[in-house]
Amino acid sequence: MSQIEIKNVSVTFQNKKQRITAVSQVSIAIQKGEIFGIVGLTGAGKSTLVRTINGLQRPTTGEVIVDGINITRANKSTLTRARQKIGIIFQNFNLVQNRTLGENIAFALNAGGYPKRQQNKKITELLDLVDLADRKDNYPGQLSGGQKQRVGIARALANDPDILLCDEATSALDLETAEEIVAILKDINTRLHITIVFITHQLEVARSLFQRVAVMENGHIVEQATAYDLFANPRSAMGRRLVGRFLATALPSEIRQRLASVPGQLLALRYRGEDSLDPIITKIAGEIGVNVNIIQGRIEYVQAKAIGVLTVFVTGQAAQLLAAIKAFKQQVDQVEVVPL
Amino acid sequence: MSETLQILQQNLGQALWETAEMVIISGVIGVIFGTLLGILLYYYANPLFSPHPLVNATVGFVINAIRSLPFLILMVVLIPLAKLLAGDPYTPMGGTVSLSVAAIPFYARLAEGAFADVDPGVVEAATATGAKFSLIFRQVLFPEALPALIRGIVLTVISLLGYSAMVGTIGAGGIGNLAIQFGYNRYETGVLIFVIIILVIIVQLIQWVGDQLAEHYTKV
Ligand SMILES: Nc1ncnc2c1ncn2[C@@H]1O[C@H](COP(=O)(O)OP(=O)(O)OP(=O)(O)O)[C@@H](O)[C@H]1O
Ligand SMILES: [Mg+2]
Repeated sequence: MSQIEIKNVSVTFQNKKQRITAVSQVSIAIQKGEIFGIVGLTGAGKSTLVRTINGLQRPTTGEVIVDGINITRANKSTLTRARQKIGIIFQNFNLVQNRTLGENIAFALNAGGYPKRQQNKKITELLDLVDLADRKDNYPGQLSGGQKQRVGIARALANDPDILLCDEATSALDLETAEEIVAILKDINTRLHITIVFITHQLEVARSLFQRVAVMENGHIVEQATAYDLFANPRSAMGRRLVGRFLATALPSEIRQRLASVPGQLLALRYRGEDSLDPIITKIAGEIGVNVNIIQGRIEYVQAKAIGVLTVFVTGQAAQLLAAIKAFKQQVDQVEVVPL
Repeated sequence: MSETLQILQQNLGQALWETAEMVIISGVIGVIFGTLLGILLYYYANPLFSPHPLVNATVGFVINAIRSLPFLILMVVLIPLAKLLAGDPYTPMGGTVSLSVAAIPFYARLAEGAFADVDPGVVEAATATGAKFSLIFRQVLFPEALPALIRGIVLTVISLLGYSAMVGTIGAGGIGNLAIQFGYNRYETGVLIFVIIILVIIVQLIQWVGDQLAEHYTKV
């Protein structure tokens, strides 16, 4: 049995003028100990979906089961107990501004009924975990964004949760700080075996953190894959759009202009592994009689596995170009015709 | 001039004491019950807790109804109640009754606003820990709303000071009564000016203390 089972969940909001279906018939099963990501554009329904996992949002239809407990049907006391085992961190950290870091964490400990006399020790342990042990008596306003998020993590871990939900937890941070947070989360995942559900629109974070990922668009899950498969070969239009933008091989405009004046086709190729495509290119060029010029190439790593990204410019007659595109499609995972 | 001094010497202490009595007692009652009503309004309006539009609308209606009465009218309407509770409505204790009735809904709206202004994300994060509302109130809502609650107290006390002068005119005593009795009715302009100066000083002082406290509890 999966640890988190989201079964056919829909959420509709009814305001004065219109009905908004924020989440539409979503089913996801998340295993214990995995790092599961949800990506999608703003307004896709990611936050709404993740909030059904700890019951902050009640599904309009469908149900969510966490560790065998039906969150959707749970009464107040069951939900309260279940929530203690589901930590959550937010984009805006959501710390209590007028209380110290120690008091912020003590609040979560109190919520979980942690014995008062042992709280001090636990607070120090938790702050130690995120490298802020000496800041216990500081107020959140005295910290940087990355430090605030680390306190958020410490608070979320107060009751030794089995699951950590992260709603755009790195989106308010610069990339370097985001990577710091990602490293902490990875560490927590391996050492404490906490399941992590992370939503983001930052593909950079998705690439380095996620094991599996769901792509969300207009309330629907349009694709579910391993992170590696998503980057190497996105199957949905939204997946291609997000990954395409992330791996975009933006060419300088002078080069684009120069290429545009030549009859030919610019292709973006993506393939698994770090091997060179040289032999394939030579073969296709020879067999079909087209010219293939390599414009740029690089290797990206997702979950420590390589994805090659290569941009080539193919020249030849129209029929030959079509044949070349077809031949490339048979040889590499993803061929995208880039308009000039 | 000497007559002015004499009047002040004989009556000022008593008048100040009566005003303090009225404002402090009704202020404390207003803040306590107003806070409770403010919590109630906030709790039943928030989708994170138990939204209950009917309770909310009913309490809201009663509060608005009381607040829509000009204080002068409220005071007159409440004379029987003051008689019942304080024996003689034309005493500081009698005045306190109508002041309290005015203060409660006044502060209730201020408290509701103070709680509603707490970052909903922070309240949501608190709820997500599995905390009960009483804990969330004590350790999240209250500390976050405290500066605004203090500013609300300042506003309430200053308003009560003004209203207390009004109950003074129907005989409940206090500094307002002093101003009217001597300053207005007996053309003792000196008394009137002196009372005005004292009121200005008191209001400034209350405002200053309130600002300091609010500042002290804001840790951003
Ligand atoms: N409480 C609410 N009432 C009405 N509509 C809502 C509510 N919460 C969310 N929505 C709507 O539901 C849709 C999905 O919102 P949601 O916040 O889940 O998106 P998201 O994918 O998390 O976006 P972002 O990346 O901007 O955080 C949006 O159209 C939003 O306006
Ligand atoms: Mg969101």
